[in-house]
Amino acid sequence: MSLAHRIIPCLDTDGARVVKGVKFVGLRDAGDPVALAARYNAEGADELVVLDIAASRDRRPTFLETIRRVAAELAIPLTAGGGIRSLEDARSVVRAGADKITVNTAAVERPELISELSREFGRQAVVLAIDAKRLEDHWHVTVRGGRESSSLDALEWAKIGVACGAGEILLTSVDRDGTQLGFDTPLTAAISQAVSVPVIASGGAKLPEHFAQIFSEGAADAALAASIFHDGVQSIRELKQFLSARNIEVRLPC
Amino acid sequence: MNVTLLDYGAGNVASVERALQRLGAASQRSNSAESLGNAEAIILPGVGHYGALVRALDQQNLRAALVDALHRGVPFLGICLGLQALFKSSEEAPELQGLHVLPGRVCALPASVKLPHMGWNQLARKKDSRLLAGIAPDSFFYFAHSFAVIDCDLAACASCTHGAEFAAVIEHNNIFAVQFHPEKSGDAGAQLLKNFLRLAA
Repeated sequence: MSLAHRIIPCLDTDGARVVKGVKFVGLRDAGDPVALAARYNAEGADELVVLDIAASRDRRPTFLETIRRVAAELAIPLTAGGGIRSLEDARSVVRAGADKITVNTAAVERPELISELSREFGRQAVVLAIDAKRLEDHWHVTVRGGRESSSLDALEWAKIGVACGAGEILLTSVDRDGTQLGFDTPLTAAISQAVSVPVIASGGAKLPEHFAQIFSEGAADAALAASIFHDGVQSIRELKQFLSARNIEVRLPC
Repeated sequence: MNVTLLDYGAGNVASVERALQRLGAASQRSNSAESLGNAEAIILPGVGHYGALVRALDQQNLRAALVDALHRGVPFLGICLGLQALFKSSEEAPELQGLHVLPGRVCALPASVKLPHMGWNQLARKKDSRLLAGIAPDSFFYFAHSFAVIDCDLAACASCTHGAEFAAVIEHNNIFAVQFHPEKSGDAGAQLLKNFLRLAA
């Protein structure tokens, strides 16, 4: 009996529709967020993440409406993010029905944002999303959907984020994202050992073995994937059965 | 029966409201002492900081009315912080007083494990539980907290372990409380809420 490893489908949206792309570019339509949310809730997903990857001001009301409609389908936790730059942005997302908020670029630019959110909503509601890219012998933090580099080292930034009040790290490997070559095990293991909070691994998943590896060798507490679930390449139910047979603790759906 | 959802301005009120709606239960949000006086059943949801909840209860003059309702026998369900608030105090905000209707205090989970305790975990049943009736013993529930009632003088109906064993389900006369989030715990959570509604009816 112990804490189950979580499987988390992610809906990248343009505000209204789910979209997908490789290495953050070449987006195409991948479905209706509300229908996908209902499907994942029934299939045994442990949480759901909904991101607004366009994050443009004028489409914000559309995204908030998407959160409301998605939340209405769920009996599991909902994390929302993309373009959250202020306490007020976060409040609107929480009011729409999100249990947790992810911050990324805005937190890199102004780390106090993490503390402000943590004070208002509690540490358990603040997820620091880090898009990490390998550079020689270390990983650095990228921002704006992986398009721009920052000067931050990913390990150092994760520690700072937790010290500021982040309750969880959503760690995406920019190198692996969309490649379906498997999660970035060394990156995930390094961050997971460096911080005291749970780490969600993201980027590169395709096969059930990838999930088994990231939980065992990568020390991930949760694993996130998008297109393999949307396209039906991998069902959450079968994935969990596979992991359970490998003695990896998961919550099996009824 | 109408459930009064104590809405002190923070937390997971909307999620609990949606979960009750899915079960076909009528509920109303309230933050007035007067409505607690007439309540048929009370749910205190909560997530976040202990201090925020306890301060809000005082600032909105809800403390006395809530304690009075609990002593009067009104069926009550505390969720997460709503469980913690029932005790004398918490290490999360040592300068503040809890409702102190149950003996014991809230402590930090040990730093030897990843915190917050975040995700789905199973329970160890300690004694017969009305809230857990009809729920499979190996069911998972969703937790999101760093503090818990570790030394519970009052025996809990079920415990959970993350670094330390702590009270996960408490039942004491009309007072029910869970450290996890039934409103986010899938079918098992829905069954628990249904059990509370039936007990309160």
